[in-house]
Amino acid sequence: MTIRTEPMTVNVGPQHPSTHGVFRVRITFDGEDIVEVEPVFGYLHRGTEKLAEERNYVQVVTLTDRLDYTSSMINNQAYCLAVEKLLGVEPPPRAKYLRTLTAELQRIASHLIAVGFFVQELGAFGTPLMYGFRSRERILELFEMLCGARITVSYMRPGGVFADAPRDFWPALNRFLDDFAEEFVEMEQLLLENEILMVRTRGVSPIPPEIAINNSVSGPVLRASGVNWDWRKQEPYDAYDQVEFDVPIGSNWDNYDRFWVRFQEVHQSIRIIKQCIAQIEPGPVRLDLPLVLRPEAGREAYGRVEASKGELAFYLVSDGGISPYRCKIRSPSLINLTVIEHLLVGWKLADMIVSLGSIDINMGEVDR
Amino acid sequence: MYGLAMIKGLMVTLKNLTRKPFTIQYPEERAKQHPRFRGEEFVWYEERCTGCASCAKYCPLGIIKIETSPSGTMIPEGGKYRLEVFDIELQRCMFCGLCVEACPYDALFMGSGFEQGQYSRKNMVITIDQLRNAEKHPSTWYRPQLEGYEGEADSFRRRPTISQGDSRFSYDPRGGPPLGWREVGRESWRWHQHEKAGMRFEQDNEGTDTRGEGPDPSVRKDDEAA
Amino acid sequence: MSCQLASDSILYANGIYRVVYEIVGVVLPCWVAYAIAGLVFAFILVNAVLLGAAAITWGERRLLGRFQNRVGPNRWGPFGLFQPIADLVKLLTKEDLRPDGSDRVVFSLVPVLMVAPLILMTAVLPFAKNTALASLNVGVLYILAVSSITSVAIFMAGWSSNNRYAMFGAARAVAVLISYEIPVVLSLLGVVMVAASMSLGTIVEAQALPFFLVQPLAFFVFMAGMSAELNRSPFDVAEAESEIIAGYHTEYSGVRFALIQAAEFGGVGVVAAITATLFLGGWSGPWSEYLGWLWFLIKTGIIVFLFIWFRATYPRLRIDQIMAFSWKFLLPLAMVNLIAVTLEVFLLRGDDGVLTVTDLAIMGVVNLAVTVIAIAVFGNLIKERVSFRTRQPQNVVVPGVSTIEVI
Repeated sequence: MTIRTEPMTVNVGPQHPSTHGVFRVRITFDGEDIVEVEPVFGYLHRGTEKLAEERNYVQVVTLTDRLDYTSSMINNQAYCLAVEKLLGVEPPPRAKYLRTLTAELQRIASHLIAVGFFVQELGAFGTPLMYGFRSRERILELFEMLCGARITVSYMRPGGVFADAPRDFWPALNRFLDDFAEEFVEMEQLLLENEILMVRTRGVSPIPPEIAINNSVSGPVLRASGVNWDWRKQEPYDAYDQVEFDVPIGSNWDNYDRFWVRFQEVHQSIRIIKQCIAQIEPGPVRLDLPLVLRPEAGREAYGRVEASKGELAFYLVSDGGISPYRCKIRSPSLINLTVIEHLLVGWKLADMIVSLGSIDINMGEVDR
Repeated sequence: MYGLAMIKGLMVTLKNLTRKPFTIQYPEERAKQHPRFRGEEFVWYEERCTGCASCAKYCPLGIIKIETSPSGTMIPEGGKYRLEVFDIELQRCMFCGLCVEACPYDALFMGSGFEQGQYSRKNMVITIDQLRNAEKHPSTWYRPQLEGYEGEADSFRRRPTISQGDSRFSYDPRGGPPLGWREVGRESWRWHQHEKAGMRFEQDNEGTDTRGEGPDPSVRKDDEAA
Repeated sequence: MSCQLASDSILYANGIYRVVYEIVGVVLPCWVAYAIAGLVFAFILVNAVLLGAAAITWGERRLLGRFQNRVGPNRWGPFGLFQPIADLVKLLTKEDLRPDGSDRVVFSLVPVLMVAPLILMTAVLPFAKNTALASLNVGVLYILAVSSITSVAIFMAGWSSNNRYAMFGAARAVAVLISYEIPVVLSLLGVVMVAASMSLGTIVEAQALPFFLVQPLAFFVFMAGMSAELNRSPFDVAEAESEIIAGYHTEYSGVRFALIQAAEFGGVGVVAAITATLFLGGWSGPWSEYLGWLWFLIKTGIIVFLFIWFRATYPRLRIDQIMAFSWKFLLPLAMVNLIAVTLEVFLLRGDDGVLTVTDLAIMGVVNLAVTVIAIAVFGNLIKERVSFRTRQPQNVVVPGVSTIEVI
């Protein structure tokens, strides 16, 4: 007697505790195996690119905060880089160091969320997540000290940074680096060698480097797939050519490597921050640009940074007015999602949420 | 060996059991707020405001509504308008502080409170009377004249001692006294070429205030030939 | 007329029962007194299980909070002690839903069927010297038999919900439960062999040295097996967050859900009590005639703490890994333990059939060595051979861009 089985289509809906935001995937299962994947997104679309055409160049900074809301500083940095290329100016050195410093702090905060939620989806009931959030809380207090807000920071402006750091920021930063080093080592001890975690993530959903490159994947996912590509090294911007750091590369291309690469990047970020603190010199932090900027008509600029999730870039076209004529956002999470079929098809139900968590998408970026 | 790292994980969790919890019991305790915190209120000094509506123009969301009428005060010197309506819609405000950044006369400051929840949507709009009568605890965001330091700065967990430039007094937004329009000082905006009479904040070395008393903005003068 | 219990009755040694019986027997006929005394004791047991479930929910939330470096619920009552009452009131005031195509009788019967075995299991537990409702001389067998009703109840929950996702989750849960019965039974065989009796009272008295020291391997297998039976981390595929499928209790709300949760947390308490009895020495300790119940509670509390500690630390295993863990790791370990204990009991038991403390200590040392070796050997055998293609990271050449040497 043969038993006939049918593939079953399940909707992992927009409201779900384990998808990163309002993300919907329609998955077809044959038993436990995933046969087909169809992502549906757009639930968080707010029309950022159109809104940017209605606002002047400095007001758009507040819009960019809200793209990838877990890493606002880096979004600001990408946009300000693009506007500076449009205007043809360079920020003063102290501003470059401050930007690098805050971008690396923000990278740590973003990776703590990525790692914490990755382990939460594995079922660890939130203990590593809470430890990650405790450390992230300290980083957000530092941001509050710098610019008055914790998450939607609007710290950077075209031409530099909006204001210098208050004088008690530097002792607080040093205190944070000491505390965080201990807490992070503790998290590593809890997680990196944990057998249950390794057994569940090793060898699962590997993305070979050819497929990663063909799908324009970028960021930690690309580096975990064995490709040595980091925009901070390839096209150094701000102060990244003055600091030394390593780029972690994965060799097994699987979920565990994507998880491991983020841990190592946090270590490298701490290294960069320490070098920035040592190298920063007093000076102006903002160029004397008018509040309402008017670049020349017909200019266009593409400013890209290595965001915590990949290559974030802004393509700005100016028509001589106070607003950009076109602001196109190349968001890393959206482009990383093109590899979702390769990631999920052929693997089991239990690995699906974990694999989705390992590429760390953020719906604020995907939908803009 | 199989299981050794799991025991290490158990030790980490156990160590955290003995640590003091990181939670802050709001509302009995509050997290320490840095002076630059962009709160949910606004501090407006009417004595300095000329009704230029730069804040309204610069707001990304367009939530500031200003209606002015000529007030007839100090017209040859390029005086100030009389403000009829100055509404800020708190329900849509994202507290980005660009309005504060745009104000050329340091008349608008971010506030430092954050418990501004209201029960009805009508109450979410701050009107000009609320702005006039509110207790003024401005945040130091984009107002570097309020942030001066003397001596060694403490760690950010305790309140820093902030003194105004020449260390006349120390200022803390949450705990300190409300500031009037003379105490908040002014960072001269480099784009602003013409100093308006009554708006200049000059000091000689002893720290006495040499600014003259401006006309009372709430009194509407009859128009006279200037 | 006063009634006296026959001295060969199994209820004779139970102090509470006898006292109630004799008091009631003064005014009522003996058979009524018999029933009432039984009902009183059973009432105490039922309340103990349900209140224990509530207390364990409170304890779990607070402890998990402290493990995660935060405070648990602390608003209702001092230290949040009234939080379970608040949860209960919330669940009671919810709408009583029943899915449309579901099987009415089976659907309503499931919560009762999940709580009932737990309460039945407490009937044989000795809380203090000679205080068990029914000190059966096949106590261990009774416990194992009654605990198997839970798997049927879970399957009924999944089936009667008329929801294919619940069915899917329930099928997984039943597979896990059935697989873990066998190592648990085998590990308990070791305990029974050393104590030479299946009666729980006798087992407690035979623990001159607590059995978790004498047979650490059996303790480990029992704890791991019972974690899976209770659907707790790291084996909680059937419980709350079963990835996209919400598990066998998807369609339950209100009082029914409250009872299922009571069954789950009450299960933790009852299994902890059983573990304390079988492996930690039950009510024994200093002044055990007066404070036996206190020692029992303390030992139960220690085991509950262990369960919560594991939940706070470990992520979840996948369903095929759970099965592999049971059949390829726990079952061989249980068999190794059984063989080792059999040999030791055969060699060390004196002519009068009694094992002295020294014998137990010798057994403990030998068993510890056996534990370490067995876990090492079987752990290596079970390690999944994942093919690690360790390649060298390649410098990808992109035309027009110079490559940079890093690392």
